[in-house]
Amino acid sequence: MSEQTHQRLTPAPPSGQLIDSPRFPVAAKHELGNAQQRANLRHATHTIRDKRARVVGELDNWEQLRLAGEAIKNKVLRNLPDHLVRLEASLTANGATVHWARDAAEANRIVVGLVQATGSHEVVKVKSMATQEIELNEALEDAGIAAWETDLAELIVQLGHDRPSHILVPAIHRNRTEVRDIFREEMGRYGTPAPPDLDDNPANLANAARGHLRDKFMRAKVAVSGANFAIADTGSLVVVESEGNGRMCLTLPDTLISVVGVEKVLPSFDDLEVFLQLLPRSSTAERMNPYTSIWSGRREGDGPQDVHVVLLDNGRTRALADREGRQALRCIRCSACLNICPVFEKVGGHAYGSVYPGPIGAILNPQIRGTASEVDRSLPFASTLCGACGDVCPVRIPIPELLVHLRHEVVEAKKADHGVHLPHAEPLMMRSGGWVMGDHRRLEAAQRASTLGGGLLGRFTDHLGPLPWPLSAWTSARDVPTPPTETFREWWRRVRGDDPGPAASGDTPAGHTPEETR
Amino acid sequence: MSTPAGPPTAADAASTSLPGTGITVALFATCVNDTLFPGTPKAVVTVLERLGCRVVFPREQTCCGQMFTNTGYFDEALPSVRAYAKAFADYDYIVGPSGSCVGAVRDQHPMLARRTGDPGLVVASERVAARTLDLSEFLVDVLGVTDVGASFPHRVTYHPTCHSLRVTRVGDRPFRLLRAVRGLDLVDLPEAEQCCGFGGTFSLKNADVSVAMANDKADNVVSTGAEYVVAGDNSCLLNIGGVLARRRSSVTPIHLAEILASTEEAAS
Repeated sequence: MSEQTHQRLTPAPPSGQLIDSPRFPVAAKHELGNAQQRANLRHATHTIRDKRARVVGELDNWEQLRLAGEAIKNKVLRNLPDHLVRLEASLTANGATVHWARDAAEANRIVVGLVQATGSHEVVKVKSMATQEIELNEALEDAGIAAWETDLAELIVQLGHDRPSHILVPAIHRNRTEVRDIFREEMGRYGTPAPPDLDDNPANLANAARGHLRDKFMRAKVAVSGANFAIADTGSLVVVESEGNGRMCLTLPDTLISVVGVEKVLPSFDDLEVFLQLLPRSSTAERMNPYTSIWSGRREGDGPQDVHVVLLDNGRTRALADREGRQALRCIRCSACLNICPVFEKVGGHAYGSVYPGPIGAILNPQIRGTASEVDRSLPFASTLCGACGDVCPVRIPIPELLVHLRHEVVEAKKADHGVHLPHAEPLMMRSGGWVMGDHRRLEAAQRASTLGGGLLGRFTDHLGPLPWPLSAWTSARDVPTPPTETFREWWRRVRGDDPGPAASGDTPAGHTPEETR
Repeated sequence: MSTPAGPPTAADAASTSLPGTGITVALFATCVNDTLFPGTPKAVVTVLERLGCRVVFPREQTCCGQMFTNTGYFDEALPSVRAYAKAFADYDYIVGPSGSCVGAVRDQHPMLARRTGDPGLVVASERVAARTLDLSEFLVDVLGVTDVGASFPHRVTYHPTCHSLRVTRVGDRPFRLLRAVRGLDLVDLPEAEQCCGFGGTFSLKNADVSVAMANDKADNVVSTGAEYVVAGDNSCLLNIGGVLARRRSSVTPIHLAEILASTEEAAS
């Protein structure tokens, strides 16, 4: 972090770097303790997931749309460099300036330089995940430039000295009473204050935000955006939004700088037909989003006259190199997987230590950031593999399969670490368990411990309470039944004999003639 | 589609028209059922033999290996994959009472086999995977039966386990089987398709989240007023039942196979 000798221009986010976040189970335990947040999350996720199911159910070709979305994105990923070069050429022909950024630092340097060249000391921002990912706001703050979030939820998060906890609904963890308190407390410090008698009526809260942002829109010379899609054949960028704040940013300022992940490219304008159906229904559960802005470079006398596009890698090509893992790059950031996820519903986005939380974050972060950090190593395990995320994904990312794929990568990385870390108990347990399961005689020997224990304990109880580690993790809140004194295979041998089939005599059902296996 | 089997009678025993006549089923007990819930595979034997099948238990079987695979230990899962391919190589119908273990065999064994580069294992794994069915699939699709002659005069709610629903995709087959059980009062479970929080080693690695999810599920189960919560996977029932038992709740977890095995004769 920079030294805070000068007074900050914008509200300070929580201190520390996301990459240094604690392991998911530790962070999750902390979040579980927040009863208000749990209630907020439960209400919000259930509302939006039910609504999504309804609007998706209206289309009888939803599966075909998903297949088309998957196919188009796969086509892009197979030949990404070609599509990007075409995009650069068409954007340039349209009068935009294209910049390439290998990582967050380079992207931030480019954007800061572009803003400084305009002489402006502030920018208005369209909601953008790419700029959250590279922490552009803090880079601008360090350069003496104030970045104002104009999306309502991003505004709540920024004014609340907070971090987003959801891709689509960054303030999903807040309820309207908390929002009212944040607006009353903070708005006046950074611009037009909230009305002193502001209550928690949603319309009044929206009006307070409108009033606060109006000045900033009217005086802004520079806007920063992301893009939902970048169209290679026409050199167009697309932003879909609900509030109209994006449209203000994209039309009023003189300079527009868009930071776009390289995976956002689509080959042709026609491809929008598919994605403008998939995205709104999957994200906000709307048939159509209220505002779709499409701009193609610079147009004389209409909108920003200085248009820049920063194409961002920041780990995406690392993911692209993994034939299986690259499927995560199909993501269109709709958040359907977050809303359906029972784990996300319990803990919210902050537990994931990234601007990309939930199931997609659990597969995206370890790929674009790598598996060196504690949090990234824990993310692929932050799922029960229930499969709900994969079923709702509009571009058919097999999230559960990729979670397992990345678990394997983490395990291999841990095994390779043995030189520096103490041997971990888990690999030893798994190796011996795998060996036991390689031969039924070994399994039978292991089962004897269970039936012996069952025989001893069964005299006293039919349910066991707290047990020692590692089973304590189970029994701290859950009983286990006392193991039976006879396994199934022991019963089978006792009653049916050693042959795989039923014994020739008494146990065969009357009148039934055993036959040979067909 | 549905062939009422009815309680076995002398006439039935003499006839060869039972839906399973002439079919040999290799029972895949699963290691969890074998060790901790032997009553479930016994119930499968009862149901299948009542319907005329010949049931065999290849004793070389061990485990689907899912715990290793899903924890990221692919190499450690291979002994299970090999044992499974060997134990069940000779059977046309391999039937297990677990949407999760059946799903692991079908979804993961071929992938794990391909990693070894051993073409023999790939072929063997793909072959057994294609022949492996959940009990509910075998009954409804192969035997064409939904009424298996069971009687279970109790109020019951059904939890569709995640892997039976979204990996094995058994669909509404368990519901059709349950609706045909005599005397059974099937009540809807609120938020039925939400995970119970088990997730294999998730239940230990992320125990706090797992318990929070299991408590939600238990709340929903209790709200139905059911005497039994039924599912196609004992591992999930272990989780839900663990919370219910800790609460001293009177709701009893029970596997679908055990309800299908129940008859008026057995109850009296």
